[in-house]
Amino acid sequence: MTSNDGNHGHHISQQFNADLEEAKKHMLEMGGLVEKQFADSLTAVIEADSSLGTRVIGKDDVLDGMEMKIDEECNLIIARRQPAARDLRLVLAIIKAIRDLERIGDESSKIAKAAIKMSEHREFPDGVVDFRSLGDKVQRMVNMALDAFARYDAEAAIQVAHEDKNVDAEYAIAMRSMVTHMMEDPTTISQVLDVLWALRAMERIGDHAKNICEHVIYMVAGTDVRHLSAKKMAAKINS
Amino acid sequence: MEDSQSTNQPQTPAGADGEAKVKSEICIDIKKLNLYYAKDTHALKDITLAIPRNQVTAFIGPSGCGKSSLLRCFNRMNDLIDECRIKGKINIDGVNIYDKKTDIADLRRRVGMVFQKPNPFPKSVYENVAYGLRIQGIKSRRILDEVVENALRSAALWDEVRDRLEDNALELSGGQQQRLVIARTIAVEPEVLLLDEPASSLDPISTLKIEELINELRSTFTILIVTHNMQQAARVSDHAAFMDMGNMIEFASTDVLFTNPSEKQTEDYITGRYG
Repeated sequence: MTSNDGNHGHHISQQFNADLEEAKKHMLEMGGLVEKQFADSLTAVIEADSSLGTRVIGKDDVLDGMEMKIDEECNLIIARRQPAARDLRLVLAIIKAIRDLERIGDESSKIAKAAIKMSEHREFPDGVVDFRSLGDKVQRMVNMALDAFARYDAEAAIQVAHEDKNVDAEYAIAMRSMVTHMMEDPTTISQVLDVLWALRAMERIGDHAKNICEHVIYMVAGTDVRHLSAKKMAAKINS
Repeated sequence: MEDSQSTNQPQTPAGADGEAKVKSEICIDIKKLNLYYAKDTHALKDITLAIPRNQVTAFIGPSGCGKSSLLRCFNRMNDLIDECRIKGKINIDGVNIYDKKTDIADLRRRVGMVFQKPNPFPKSVYENVAYGLRIQGIKSRRILDEVVENALRSAALWDEVRDRLEDNALELSGGQQQRLVIARTIAVEPEVLLLDEPASSLDPISTLKIEELINELRSTFTILIVTHNMQQAARVSDHAAFMDMGNMIEFASTDVLFTNPSEKQTEDYITGRYG
């Protein structure tokens, strides 16, 4: 399913090649920064590092700026070049993906905020194990989604959609154990709530990674697979 | 003709899911059409295609790909070219127009054509539109008035020329002249309209008026348009055919052809890449 090699070259207009390549490069750079923000926010939680949390929140503006800049680049490509077929799908995929990336950035800030609050508590409530495991899974999803985008790999994109199911299941388990924790010791409720918000943000990040994969599949195969399970996605592409 | 061969099944436009769309009725059925201009010039190669009725079909492709030659086959304009030979069948409403018994004058009434450069007659606006009817022997002023007004209204020109019907048509602007030519063509009630680059000599506003007109005429006529302007093809047509070197490369619904073509050659062309 990597029929499309992702090469934007060979346009008669060299400038068009360059414009598309630049927009994609900038989107992937934004993806790199988003991954860093998310990783830092997780570290801030796990190591109770409030200063790292503050830095993550401070950097969110950079992501917002990148989103606007790439949006503008894509607008200009549409206005000047009227892209068609795979070029059009690439531009549309970039416009949609940067929106998801920006939201991942916002969710990372939420995690960072939770980290700052958590670091104020002396004792970290149970569930830190779930937090690490879920964090690893979601990080891998984001990484795979960006990788699939860079390599035009619809197959890999479907894998991410599969992974999202596991993340959702693990999130549900974590939620239950948190609720149990609160019932057993109501004095920890405010602390546990901070952990819950962070978990919730991670689960949302997983959803955004899945969205990016849907954009990748549209870009590569021209098939709209939104709102489908991973299994149905694969079936629709292969049909 | 070995119509039974599966490879020669007429291409019907592929739908969004890649399956042939069969819901629309076929107006023009082309089977294994070959056209040679001179001994060595094979301009159309084994074209097999089914064109749906009352819809707009656009033909795109690089210069010399055969799209205009194909368009001219539908009203036998190629008959006027020496050494032009045609093999194969074109059925319009089930009747082969290359049959010896075909009345060519009647065929050209049923299949009207509009060219790149507006070509009104050096007569009044009124007489331009009434011309075809006068040739048919219609003299009643009442009928002529009615048809002229209706045709001009259909061509979205009536409001601009209602007070200038006796003016010479050559005094109209280029865009108005082109719409007048379309009015002249539809006055004789054709079934098929062939438009060969109808807007390429017009300014952007006149072009939009022609496109708007195509949109309004689509319910009444089967429209075939050749255009070099791909955005125009994407805007006005329901189906699009990409041709190259006399071959029909891809025929699909316009939405599919411009967002997700199945042939690499089509994609390279519409995205402006080297072939």
